[in-house]
Amino acid sequence: MQFKTKRLQESTLFWPFMVLVLLLLINAFLTRGFFTIEWKDGRFSGILVDILNRSTYIGIIAIGLTLVISTGGIDISVGSVVAISGAIAAYLIGGELVLQGDQQILVTRTPMGVAIVAALAASLLLGMWNGLLVSRLRIQPIVATLILMVAGRGIAQLVTNGQIITIYYKPYYFIGNGTLLGIPFSIYILLAVLILVILATRRTALGLFFESIGVNRTASRYSGIQEQRIVFWSYAFCAFCAGVSGLLVSSNVKSADGNNAGDLFELDAILAVVIGGTSLNGGKFNLAGSILGAIIIQTLTTTIYSIGVPPQVNLVIKSIVVFLVSMLQSENFRALFQLNHKNKLIRSAV
Amino acid sequence: MENSAILSMNTISKYFPGVRALSQVNFSLHKGEIHALMGQNGAGKSTLIKIMTGVYQPDSGYITLRGEKIKVESPEHAQTLGIATVYQEVNLCPNLTVAENLLLGREPRNRFGIAWKRLFTDARALLKEKLDLDLDTTKPLGTYSLAIQQMIAIARSLCVSSEILILDEPTSSLDEAEVERLFKILHKLKNEGMAILFITHFIDQVYAVSDRITVLRNGEYIGTSEASALSKLDLISMMVGKDPAELAASSTRREIKLTLGTEELLKTEGLGRTGYLKPITVTLKKGEVLGLAGLLGSGRTETAKLIFGAERALEGRLFQKGIEINLTAPRDAIMMGMGFCPEDRKTEGLIGDLSIRENIILALQAKQGILRYLPRKTQEEIANQFIQELGIKTPDMEKPVKTLSGGNQQKVLLARWLATQPAILILDEPTRGIDVAAKAEILQRIIQLRNQGISILFISSELEEVAAISDRVAIFRDKKKIAEVEGKDINEHTIMRLIAQEELENAIQN
Repeated sequence: MQFKTKRLQESTLFWPFMVLVLLLLINAFLTRGFFTIEWKDGRFSGILVDILNRSTYIGIIAIGLTLVISTGGIDISVGSVVAISGAIAAYLIGGELVLQGDQQILVTRTPMGVAIVAALAASLLLGMWNGLLVSRLRIQPIVATLILMVAGRGIAQLVTNGQIITIYYKPYYFIGNGTLLGIPFSIYILLAVLILVILATRRTALGLFFESIGVNRTASRYSGIQEQRIVFWSYAFCAFCAGVSGLLVSSNVKSADGNNAGDLFELDAILAVVIGGTSLNGGKFNLAGSILGAIIIQTLTTTIYSIGVPPQVNLVIKSIVVFLVSMLQSENFRALFQLNHKNKLIRSAV
Repeated sequence: MENSAILSMNTISKYFPGVRALSQVNFSLHKGEIHALMGQNGAGKSTLIKIMTGVYQPDSGYITLRGEKIKVESPEHAQTLGIATVYQEVNLCPNLTVAENLLLGREPRNRFGIAWKRLFTDARALLKEKLDLDLDTTKPLGTYSLAIQQMIAIARSLCVSSEILILDEPTSSLDEAEVERLFKILHKLKNEGMAILFITHFIDQVYAVSDRITVLRNGEYIGTSEASALSKLDLISMMVGKDPAELAASSTRREIKLTLGTEELLKTEGLGRTGYLKPITVTLKKGEVLGLAGLLGSGRTETAKLIFGAERALEGRLFQKGIEINLTAPRDAIMMGMGFCPEDRKTEGLIGDLSIRENIILALQAKQGILRYLPRKTQEEIANQFIQELGIKTPDMEKPVKTLSGGNQQKVLLARWLATQPAILILDEPTRGIDVAAKAEILQRIIQLRNQGISILFISSELEEVAAISDRVAIFRDKKKIAEVEGKDINEHTIMRLIAQEELENAIQN
């Protein structure tokens, strides 16, 4: 039994999981009805469902980002891509109210399918730009993606013409607000992406190659791995994920805001990946961990709002929790305490 | 020259995971001498210096300074002990002024902060006094040549009352005139009683400036000699292998020589790249070991990397079985049946954090492509097969490969390529930094592979090894191939004489 708990503790997901449990417990005491899930209007509703729904925004990005980070890179442009994707979709669906006879009918600029494909294609292209800079031109990932992080906000605002575009086209709301079998549709999207990527990385050699590149790029190249191509597509895919997230966000809030949509998403997504046990140094990655990380971050955000912490201390509390999770994951930090603990035992024994 | 050792290192040993860096090394430095520390890459020179300057602590052995046993705690401590060090790369800030660089951290101050005027005049006086240099110290450091920067680095390290100066390859980026200028200063310092330790790869420079020479090889102390009493040939022989006379009996191998195929498997025609490697023409026949011999930086590794596609060749042509091929990446070479164990295992070979199993199947998997993923069971079978065949000592194939010893790491790399069933294996220093037993095993394995019909390009700094297992040897010097020996001409002595050609020419002239 002792052996088992030890194994459990050594798992990278043990401590993040404990933090999540702790957060949930705090909520159980402080927020009334936190755990209540009701069946209302053909769907499950409740704070927990809401947390899961919202954590898909960061979660989907974290999946793509996990791959980028495992190759030893980083992508800080995902927040901007979220804004661009939402802006393009909103602009193309856009539409105006037209009087047809005595009925007001909404005419979209393009069919919804086209708008969605265009938004995702644009995201993919932006990711390919990042990939080109990093893999071919060998620009440091943080600098390469910083370009798009800054420029992307501008692009998004150009698309929206500097304004917030409101989306009136109802079918579009389904992506971020709809439910299937009572469960938010966004969760299905997240699961689909997650399963797809897990299959692609663990049932093919791709996962091994990602890790190999992240640990030692030169040695991987010398072993015959096409590292440039793999790194390139990891950035492309990461931006694609951000594009999907952009659709969810714009659909959920029924509008596109070039300036604020996806604001600071890059930081939350990086945090989610790191909390999930993938090292920023690259190498071994853990996709499920990244999703867990995204859920922790969303739980934290929701908790802060629901227990009524004043908005101005909001970020401070968030940072404290993140600090604690990182500390718990640090072997050195834990060793420090275990050592103290042991010393105390010895002293008391004497 | 006074014969009092100011600093001596006694029976110093240092181990790193998987590598024996130094073993029982003795070394002493006298007051008022310039002492050159020589050895090939990986011989342990920098480790010795790092122990001297407190970067590393020795695992055994001790250091005495002015006759007293000391422990050098840290580089800062070394400075207070009077040991000044200038590292290979100039560790200064090119955008700050000369004076700031010189006196950084100990600027003269007045009540408004730094006393700038005094800073500049102090710095100027200091340079004048110590190095006879008269510079405008208000100019940014970057506006001066590398030689001057190097000298300022020396001056900076000398500010504290130091008696010992250590220079790690100070001349590697300097041109001849700059080197001369630097040497002048070294002479001046030496005459003032400074003990100077000097590391370089350039043999001519060693003779130009040093009084005594100490040679390390493979982490072991080989010997110390007065520079005037040591011929270049002897110096090279100390650096690369045993005494030539001892090695008459390397002919046992020739008996197992098979009827060599005459088929030219690989051929380069003037393959090269300006500034990297002068055009090289070599051929590799089926089932032979072609040794590449030469000193560090002579073009051995460069040749290997061009042939493997790790570096792009910008001139010349490469043929496989008579058909011209064009390599854009190592992958192209691998698809044609090549494998390459690089010189630097850690940075170019191993994927340290990944398991032994993953490291072994990596090249095979890469060759197969992303989609044809080897099932876990096949991976384990392959890994197991090579762990047994090559005698890789590990309790578990899932252990990170970086936890293995140097010899076993090398075997994992070998296994990675053997798993791809290569026709050509390029082995760059496969025996460096590993213990004697593992070395013998690997050499034996190479001969076995050759007998199985694999062509091998074998690079080693140890001429003894090259001579022992090569069917032909190409000899490199100054980034070009200077000769090729074959058959019974292959012995350490011939190779060494060819490398030290200058010496040879001198002998003929006399």
